[in-house]
Amino acid sequence: MNPPAPSLLRRVTGAKLFWPVLALALMLLFNLAYSPGFFHIEIKDGHLYGSLIDILNRAAPLMLISIGLTLVIATSGIDISVGAVVAISGALVAMLIGGTLVLKGNVQEYVTLVPMPVAILAALAVSAAAGLWNGFLVSRIGMQPIVATLILIVAGRGAAQLITGGQIITIYYKPYFFIGNGFLLGLPFSLYIVLAVLLLTVLLARGTALGLFIEAIGINPRACRMAGINAKNLLLCVYTFCAVCAGVAGLIVCSNVKSADGNNAGLFFELDAILAVVLGGTAMTGGKFYLVGSVVGALIIQTLTTTIYSIGVPPEITLVVKAFVVFLVMMFQSGTFRRTVFGSWGKRVAKP
Amino acid sequence: MSAEALPILEMQGITVEFPGVKALSGVDFRMFPGEVHALMGQNGAGKSTLIKALTGVYKPKAGTIKLADQLISAGSPLEAQKLGISTVYQEVNLCPNLSVAENIFIGRQPMRFGRILWQELNRKARALMERLDVDLDVTQPLAAYSVAIQQMVAIARALDISAKVLILDEPTSSLDEKEVELLFQLIRRLRDDGLAILFVTHFIDQTYQLSDRITVLRNGERVGEFKTADLPKLKLVEKMIGREMDAGEGRKADGPANVNGHAVPALFEAEGLALKGSMQPFDLAVRKGEILGLAGLLGSGRTEAARLLFGADRADHGSLLDEHKRFALNSPQAAIRHGIGFCPEDRKADGIIGELTVRENIILALQARLGVFRPLSRRKQEEIADRYIRMLDIKTSGPEQPAGKLSGGNQQKVILARWLVTDPRFLILDEPTRGIDVGAKGEIMALVQSLSKDGMAILFISSELEEVVRCCQRVAVLRDHAKVAELDGAQVEEHAIMRAIAKGQE
Repeated sequence: MNPPAPSLLRRVTGAKLFWPVLALALMLLFNLAYSPGFFHIEIKDGHLYGSLIDILNRAAPLMLISIGLTLVIATSGIDISVGAVVAISGALVAMLIGGTLVLKGNVQEYVTLVPMPVAILAALAVSAAAGLWNGFLVSRIGMQPIVATLILIVAGRGAAQLITGGQIITIYYKPYFFIGNGFLLGLPFSLYIVLAVLLLTVLLARGTALGLFIEAIGINPRACRMAGINAKNLLLCVYTFCAVCAGVAGLIVCSNVKSADGNNAGLFFELDAILAVVLGGTAMTGGKFYLVGSVVGALIIQTLTTTIYSIGVPPEITLVVKAFVVFLVMMFQSGTFRRTVFGSWGKRVAKP
Repeated sequence: MSAEALPILEMQGITVEFPGVKALSGVDFRMFPGEVHALMGQNGAGKSTLIKALTGVYKPKAGTIKLADQLISAGSPLEAQKLGISTVYQEVNLCPNLSVAENIFIGRQPMRFGRILWQELNRKARALMERLDVDLDVTQPLAAYSVAIQQMVAIARALDISAKVLILDEPTSSLDEKEVELLFQLIRRLRDDGLAILFVTHFIDQTYQLSDRITVLRNGERVGEFKTADLPKLKLVEKMIGREMDAGEGRKADGPANVNGHAVPALFEAEGLALKGSMQPFDLAVRKGEILGLAGLLGSGRTEAARLLFGADRADHGSLLDEHKRFALNSPQAAIRHGIGFCPEDRKADGIIGELTVRENIILALQARLGVFRPLSRRKQEEIADRYIRMLDIKTSGPEQPAGKLSGGNQQKVILARWLVTDPRFLILDEPTRGIDVGAKGEIMALVQSLSKDGMAILFISSELEEVVRCCQRVAVLRDHAKVAELDGAQVEEHAIMRAIAKGQE
């Protein structure tokens, strides 16, 4: 009666991480063949430079947001305000650090309005407040997540512009540049932030019962209530956490471009982040989630973007190429699609 | 019966099949003009299937339908309506934001040159409502009126479209007594006008208040057609449940707990617990080591009562006592803190989390009580899961199988395990044996009995009286969303329960 033990191949292809990792690997392989120097990494001033490092650094904000968003999507929710939170966080930190160039004689002096750690903490606190607001609307008012977070898209960008006074604030305070441009032990500092957040999130989700509860709520909220899970507070936490991730991403973005732009910072990040989460194997309907998958998903998106530029796809069709590749990856992730196209490849038993 | 008028509607040998299930097999049904005909039967007996076969929602596999001696075969409710068969559903399906008049004539507005003739529309609506003797402003939005009035508007709409057969599907379930009386007056007037009315309800009393004729269905078959006057309530209940009572049958040996049952103080008590629109105030006490049965027809308020006792619905009246101490119960969480567990009737919607594994499903309630930051270690989880899989003999390929893939009986056991893990003092089992095979049924019954021997208080809800009688020491009987009787010791036998269901406490 026992079904035969699944073959190694089947076990590997059955793993959720297999498809996103395969997609990333194929993309890198493609670059190996078509874009010379893609894998070239050199050491300059003790730092590593090269396309790969560049991808990692550029993908950092997206990876962070994807991590937070993964948990939200797992509860069968969505947060489309992450881009707006990126803008708020960046605007606030820029304003608190101050956007004026101070010269003493001919030498630039690095001054801040408030100490940098205070500015950073304030930006994160405001991000958390934004997340609490989202969580409040969803868990207490019972608003649909997409509508609730839509409010913050509008209000958030407005707030960001209010903070920056409608201008782009340029930051001249050098120590702040480290977050988005600095290197630690040869690698971009932002990468350490991502790793720390990822590690923390995995520990929180899998080391406690948080992950189980989040998945359970995403699958069957009614049954969760009956089992005594307090979904309301959990949702509040998850939305807050997601916004804080976006806030951290905002700090990196702002530091990376040394300025804060209330209008354009983090624009359409929510769409890329949703894509990253889905590429990573988490279903939009909620339930089982894959944090590492989402990070890989974010890397796929960034690699794709970089690849398209480096092989010289004409700019007017880059989006189409991007969309096509994403479409392919998604299709291959779907078991139904694979079975339909490849028939018995998935060891499907013929139906009578 | 030959002296009767000719039936306006005749359904013969109606058979409806769904994949794997025969929902109706060879059912005959007829309706007479100027009569209210009640269609009775428990949930799943085939009442709504029969209505849907009549109104063209389902296509019967066999059988004929004759309306006024003409063979008809409606392909959709709309066609049925055109033929003269209108249905008013339980949930009023009108548009609350539109006016009463608009609701009555929506889709059939009097038009000229592409414009709606509002004056005429309102005038016609007013005339129609006047004919039904309902006094209201037809230009007001429907939502401004009570559900009862909304029902009447729905009826007015149905009548205006066609008026041979009117089907009322559970029209009274969300009305209060006064509203019911109002509706009944209207129905009687329509009956006297010669309309054939099909009345579907769970409420036995209402059936007797209103109907002239009763057809009873059970398990997709017609049990019989009776004149209401010739069918005592008790007989009706017997026919619905399908157990003819012989004198002396169903006698129950006194369980050991009956001997000193009253000496044991109550563990949990409900005092006048009620929720408007769901459950009338009821008292209930359950003692340590006792299996208290909750009997009544489906739809009599058993699940509603259970949900109130578990805090799944918040009572708006009355209170709960835990060992004589009052406590607030506003969520399942609070109930769980007090050591109450609840296996819900609707396993799929309220119980099983399908994509999670058997292990995760089993530890869920315990983990919820421990909270997020006191996770059970994986080893501990596996230990618990293995123990209960063995103890309850859950048929699964292993603890890591998604629980949704198990059979109904095994899912039930998983939910049972979920609560047993929390070591509850009081366990509410709502239809624990519904839809599971005989073997698993026996196992669950045996388990329930052994749990009570170990001191757990159990509330056992079942529509199978035989089960209730077999394992309960005391039985509370519900009818029409109210507790009508409590039977104790030797009184606990099927005949007495049926009598109570039929007419309340003697």
